[in-house]
Amino acid sequence: MTLYQVVFYLLAGVVLAATVLAITRRVVVHAVVYLVISFLALAPMFYLLGAPLLALLEVILYAGAIMVLFLFIVMMLPRETRAPGLGVLARQCWPAVLLTGISLTAMAVVLLSLPLAQTPVTAALASPRHFGRVLFEKYWLGVEVASFLLFVALVGAYYLGKSPEPVAEEPGESS
Amino acid sequence: MGWLAGIILLLIKLGVVLVVLLTAAAYLVYVERKLLSRLQIRLGPNRAGPFGLLQPLADALKLLTKEDLVPEGADRFIFLYAPGVVAASALLIFAVIPFGRGWMFMGHEIPMVVSDLNVGLLYVFAFSSLGVYGVALGGWASNSKYSLMGGIRGVAQMISYELSLGLSLVPVVMLARSFSLVDIVAAQAHYPFIVLQPVAFILFFISAGAEIKRIPFDIPEAENELVAGFHTEYSGMRFGLFFLGEYVTMVVLGSLVAVFFLGGWRGPLLPPLVWFSIKVLAVVLVLIWIRGTLPRLRYDQLMHLGWKVLIPLGLINIVVTGGVLLWWGS
Repeated sequence: MTLYQVVFYLLAGVVLAATVLAITRRVVVHAVVYLVISFLALAPMFYLLGAPLLALLEVILYAGAIMVLFLFIVMMLPRETRAPGLGVLARQCWPAVLLTGISLTAMAVVLLSLPLAQTPVTAALASPRHFGRVLFEKYWLGVEVASFLLFVALVGAYYLGKSPEPVAEEPGESS
Repeated sequence: MGWLAGIILLLIKLGVVLVVLLTAAAYLVYVERKLLSRLQIRLGPNRAGPFGLLQPLADALKLLTKEDLVPEGADRFIFLYAPGVVAASALLIFAVIPFGRGWMFMGHEIPMVVSDLNVGLLYVFAFSSLGVYGVALGGWASNSKYSLMGGIRGVAQMISYELSLGLSLVPVVMLARSFSLVDIVAAQAHYPFIVLQPVAFILFFISAGAEIKRIPFDIPEAENELVAGFHTEYSGMRFGLFFLGEYVTMVVLGSLVAVFFLGGWRGPLLPPLVWFSIKVLAVVLVLIWIRGTLPRLRYDQLMHLGWKVLIPLGLINIVVTGGVLLWWGS
C-alpha cells in the first residue's frame, strides 16, 4: 500500500464511523457535530484525489455554511426531544429503503463500469483555473439549472417567510 | 534526504510562526488595554514590570492556574472542546499567509510562508467559517440562557457577514488571477490593491470586523445584556482559549488586509518582514481605535448593514470590476 492509500482508507474509516454515529445519536446537536466531522474528513479525500478546490468548497459550503444553519436551528430546540415511536419509523422506512436501493444500484453501476475504478489512488492535481474551465465549458447547463433551482427555492423561502398581509386573499397551498 | 530536510524546515517554520503569533496575541492584549486606557484618560496596566510590560505573562499564569469549571447540566464533551475549535481555526489560517520575500539559504530558496496553496484564499475562508462552531457549540453546551443567546447571535452574525467577506475578495482574485496569497502579493508589485479596489477594502474591513465580533459588532457578547455571551460559563484556560482565538484572529486579520490590499511584505528601504509587521500593526491599531470610539450596533442595524448594504455593494463591485477588466483586456 502506498502512503496515499493508507491516508485514504484512514479518512474513509473516519467518514464512515462519523456518519454512522450521526444517524444514531439521540441528542440532535451531537448528530450535527458528527456530520460535520464526516464532512471535514471527506474534504482531505478530495484533496488526495487531486481536487484541492473541491476539498475547500466542501469545507466552506457543507461544513461551514449548511451545517452551521442546521446547528442554528437545532440549538433552539429543547434539550430532550422524545424519539418518535416505532410505528412512525416503520411507516416511513419504505420510501427510504426504495431510494437507498436506487442510489446504491446507480453507484455500483457507475463504479463497476468506469475504467478508473481499477486504478489505485495516486497523487494528482487539478488547478482551480483548469477546474473552472471544465465546469463552465462542459457542464454549463447543469450549473445554470442548479442555480435556477436555488433561485426558485429562494423565492419560495421569501414567500413563506413574508409576514402575512392584513387582507389575505387566499392562504395558497405552497407548503 | 530532500524530503527529510523539507519536513525539518516545515517544523522549524511552524514552530517560529506559532511562537511569534502567540506572543503577538498576548502582547496585543497589553497594547489594547494600554491604548484603550489612553483613549479613556486612564493609566491601564502598570504594575507588573516596567510600564506593566509583564502583564501578559501574569495573565497567562493566572489563567493557567485557575480552576477549570464545568457547569452543572452542561454537555461535558462539547463544552470542553469548543474553545479549542476557536483558537485552532484562528491559528491555522496563518499557514497560507506569506510574511516575507523568500530567503536564499545554501543555494535553496526558502519561501516565507508555511504553505503556498494554490487555493489559499479559499483555505482562509474555510477555517474562518469553522470558527463559528466554537462560538455556537460553546454557547449551546454551557446550558445557560445567556450563553445560548450569545451563541445564536454569534452564528447569525458570522454567517451573514461571511457572505460579504467572500464577495469583497472576488475582485482581488479577478485582478490577481489567482487564489494563492503569494501570487496576490506578487500581483501588487507596482501598486497595492487598495488603490484599485477601495470599495472592496472597505467592505472587507467592515465584514472582517463583524467576523471577529469586536465593537461595534460585539452583539454576541454584549456585556450589559448577556453577561459575556457565549463564554459566560467558561473559566481558566478554556476562557483563555476563547480570548487567545480572538486576538490571534486580530493578527490574522491584519495580515490578511496587508496581503490583499496593502501589498503584503512589499515596501521601500526597510526589510520585508519589518514592512509586513508595520502593516499588520497599523490595521490592528485602527481596530483598537474603532473599539475605543464607536458604540455597539443594534441587532436590526447589524442585519440591515450586512444584508442590505454590504452584500449588494459587493455584488456591484464584482460586476463593475469584471466589466472594466473585460474592457481593458480587449
